[in-house]
This record gives sequence, C-alpha cells and structure tokens, in this order.
Amino acid sequence: MKFEQLDMDLLQAVADIKAIPSGAVNIRRNGEAVFRHSSPNIVINTNPENKGLMVEVKAGSKGETVHVPVILTNSGFHDRVYNTFTIGEDAEVTIIAGCGIHNDSHSDSSHNGIHEIIVGPRARVRYLEKHYGEGMGKGKRILNPTTIVRVENGGSIEMEMIQIKGVDDTIRSTTAYIQEKGNLKVVERLFTHGQQKAESDIRVEIEGQGAAAQILSRSVAQDDSYQLFKAALVGKNECTGHVECDAILMDKARIKSIPQLEAEDADAVLTHEAAIGKIAGEQLIKLMSLGLSEQEAIDTILEGFLS
Amino acid sequence: MLILENISFAVNGQNGANKEIIRGIDLEFHPNRLYAITGPNGGGKTSIAKIIMGIYKQSSGNIYLNGENINDLNISERARKGIAYAFQQPPRFKGLTVSDLLQIARPGLDGVNLRTSLRDVGLCPEDYLDRDIGPGLSGGEIKRIEIAQLLARDAKISIFDEPEAGVDLWTIQKLIAIIMGKFRSKQGGTAVIITHNENVLHIVDEIILVEEGQIKERGTPDEIWPLIRHEVECKMKEQCRGEMVYEI
Ligand SMILES: Nc1ncnc2c1ncn2[C@@H]1O[C@H](COP(=O)(O)OP(=O)(O)O)[C@@H](O)[C@H]1O
Ligand SMILES: [Mg+2]
Repeated sequence: MKFEQLDMDLLQAVADIKAIPSGAVNIRRNGEAVFRHSSPNIVINTNPENKGLMVEVKAGSKGETVHVPVILTNSGFHDRVYNTFTIGEDAEVTIIAGCGIHNDSHSDSSHNGIHEIIVGPRARVRYLEKHYGEGMGKGKRILNPTTIVRVENGGSIEMEMIQIKGVDDTIRSTTAYIQEKGNLKVVERLFTHGQQKAESDIRVEIEGQGAAAQILSRSVAQDDSYQLFKAALVGKNECTGHVECDAILMDKARIKSIPQLEAEDADAVLTHEAAIGKIAGEQLIKLMSLGLSEQEAIDTILEGFLS
Repeated sequence: MLILENISFAVNGQNGANKEIIRGIDLEFHPNRLYAITGPNGGGKTSIAKIIMGIYKQSSGNIYLNGENINDLNISERARKGIAYAFQQPPRFKGLTVSDLLQIARPGLDGVNLRTSLRDVGLCPEDYLDRDIGPGLSGGEIKRIEIAQLLARDAKISIFDEPEAGVDLWTIQKLIAIIMGKFRSKQGGTAVIITHNENVLHIVDEIILVEEGQIKERGTPDEIWPLIRHEVECKMKEQCRGEMVYEI
C-alpha cells in the first residue's frame, strides 16, 4: 500500500505516527481498510456485516498498543463505521484511534464512527482519540464519534478525547457503564474556532459497587464558535463520581455547559465543578512581563490549558 | 539609568471620584545599584513597580530608560528592554509547569541552569520542574518560583515585590546571599527590592520610603534606618508571630 504525503500528515496529526507502527494496526482511508496487521495478542478482523472492525485483545496480554486511525482525503466523502474492541481479562492495552479529514472541496466530508469498547475483568485500557480537520474548501469537515464503553468488574479505562483543530461540526456522544470496582476516567479537550459547532454529550452509569468515574473537560471556544457540553453521572450503587468542566471563552464564542448528577443510591458520592471565563488578565500580564507579546501570551495560555 | 519624572497615577475611587494613588514622584535608579522601597501597606509601592513595568499607565509624568522615553512602550516591550518584575501576588496557571515558565523567563535556559535557579530559591528541582503553577502549589512556593524567574531573566532592572513573603519556608538569609552575590557584582544590574525586612534594608545602597503615594524620605540605610526602625521592627515581630497575612 502506498501512502501519500497528505495521508502521512493526517496520520501524524491524529495518531502521532510518522511511519506504519509495529504491532496491531488498521488504517482506514476513504472507507476502506488500506493497511491491516494483527499481532499475536491482538487480532483485527472485519465484522460480519462488513461495517467495521472487530479488535480482540487476548486475556492477560501486557504492554501492547493497537492503532486504528481513520483518514478521509476524498472530498465530499461520507464514511460510517462500527468498530468493537474486546479486551480480555487482565489485559493491559493502549488503543490509539483518531480521525483526520482533509477536504479542499465545497461539499461536506463526514465520518460517523461508532466505537464499542468492552473492558474485561481487571483489564486496563488507555484509549486516545484525536480529531482533526484541514483543507481549503468551503465543504465542512464533520466528525460524529459515538463511543460506548462497558467496564466489567475491576476493569479500568482512561480515555483521552481531543479535538485539535479544523473540525466544523461535531456531535460526540459517549456512554459508559461501569460494573463493580470498575474505573473510568474521561479527559476531553476541545478547541473550536471560526464558525464551528461542537457538542459533547457524555453519560456515565456507575452500576457496580465500589466503582468510580471521572469526567474532566477543558475547552477553548474562539471567534464565533459554539460549544455545548453535557455530562451526566448516574450513581446506581455505592460509588464515587466527579465531573469537571473548565472552559475559556474568547471573542464572540458561546459555551453552554450542563453537568448533571443523578444519584439512585444513598451511598453514591457525586460531585461537579464547572467554570467558564475569559483568559485571566493577570496571567496575560505576567507572561508579557516575561517578554512575550500579547498574542504569544494568549497562545501559551491556551496551549497549556489544553495540554 | 531609569528615571521617573513627576509621575502621578489616579484610579476611579469607590464613589466614582478620582483617587490619586501616586502623587508626583521623582526617582532615579542608577546602573548596578541596590535599592529598597519601603513604607506602610497601601502606600503605593506596588503601584510604582507596576508603573515602571507598564502594567499601570501613569496619569501624568514621564519614564526614561537610558535616555529614551518609554511612556508608550507596553509591558512586553519594556520586558525586552531589560525591565523585570517579580509580582507580589503572582498568578496561577492551568497547564503551565515550573519548567515552562522558567524557560519563558529565560529562553534557551539549559537543564543545569534550570535546576540551579530552583535550588537558589530553596526548591528541589526534581520535585518542582514538572509541577503545574496551579492550585497544587502553596503561596510560598509560587513566590519562590516567581523569584527564580526574575533571577533567571538576568534583567538590567530587577524589581522584587516583597520577596520575603513565604519566609516561613525559605530563609531570608538565602535571599540576601543571592542578592548580594548577584547584584553586588558590578554587572548584576540594578535591583529594586520592595520590602519590610530589616536585614534587606541594611544591605542596600539607598532606601526609598513611600507613604501615601509620595516619597517621604530617601537616603542611605544609616540615614533612613533610625526613621523607620520602630515600624519595621513591629512588622518583623508580627511576621515572626505568623500574624503577617499575605493574600497570595
Ligand atoms: N488597580 C487599582 N485600582 C484601584 N486602587 C488601587 C489599584 N492598585 C492599587 N490601588 C490602591 O492604591 C493604594 C496603593 O496600593 P499599592 O501600590 O498596592 O500599595 P503597597 O504596595 O505600598 O501596599 C492602595 O490603597 C490600593 O488599594
Ligand atoms: Mg504591595
């Protein structure tokens, strides 16, 4: 398979790879798997409906990584995919997903990806998903990721979901169910600019005793962009849960943040914190007093905030 | 040389009327000399520092740096001309580490010097370099990191605003040793230390006493010390009893 420079640039932006990585890999380009490689412990197959991948991580495997990036370079392409990840008992794995769209045309390009992740008993998963758009055309770059996570007894998953730049329209939906002593941490980083719209809807149902969930969102909205952030934590047992959304608002952008706590058990301890504000003037002044220009100071503050 | 010429600074007071915080100040700071600014709280010391840094814009008067009028230079431009200020109450950040900030203060600072600059203010580099300048740090720690930045900048004019805050964690003796070491060498630049600390007041070339937005007295420690001794000693006692509250 030959990759062009454009492909490699997108792959680097969303999956941090400069070359085809070793280990298990599936690269999807314009709706087709253009490169696939399974490893002894991670098997990648096409699902029976031919709508996406089935990734299976064998029980007990340690220290492995699977890359499943998606890139769209054909203008006006609408991609849809359904991937399942099944992580066996006691396995430890890093999943690197992510989607990059390059659209130079005037028609919209979109990717609707559904990822279902089953974290087996005592398995530990790190899941990284970066979204990025670029291109000169007026056609929108649209990304609508849906993620469903099931954490079984004693399993844990840490998810980092990042929308870097250039995605015009996004509706992200994340739903998670956590069983006994399971643990979930979602870290979301969202940056919107221009006329972009982003909506993130996270719902975590903490079902098992002693389970814990954390949702941490940091976002920056610039120009005329709009963000809607909804995070609901449902505590159905003795458990702990925390939602934190922290946003920087600039220019004429708007942000709506709706944290929601639902406790169905008297031993559920759920908390939330939310803050929206502009860049603190004293931070700007401080960095300028170290010699940065105002713009450099703004960039430094935003970069740190989203890091 | 830095010259403040007839500087006044007014703000909108509570009842909408103008309130003059700084009233017609004349000052000059000579190269490679050590100055202390002292005086009661609310007297205008921090305001003078902020006017020099360009954070506050004076209502009238002129500021000259080496003969050039810098009235219209903004904060960044003044910083690049060699003016540096360590805040009395440094802000916190989200996602910026101690190392990030030191490297902004002194671009190109290498690992060895980065570590030294933290050790100089009594912080163990291994424990601090990767820490966020955020809510996880105490006021005293933030203060010392602020001083480390100022020292790292190696500016022509370094203004310290009450560096002794956080003294419970870091002995003032160490600060004095650093200041003596750095600013007593002839190329160390000019240091202006806003302070109530007796030991610091004794090592400077000149003390400037600021009260109610004006310069009440100025002179050598020998001349000024007898005039301020009582107040400073009271203040130091308060500090020793831990009653001095720094809102940082
Ligand atoms: N930005 C400001 N707006 C309004 N009042 C101010 C401002 N900065 C300082 N002041 C007031 O000016 C006076 C001098 O303050 P400051 O320069 O901080 O004194 P010092 O550093 O000597 O304690 C105080 O009464 C203070 O409340
Ligand atoms: Mg002050």
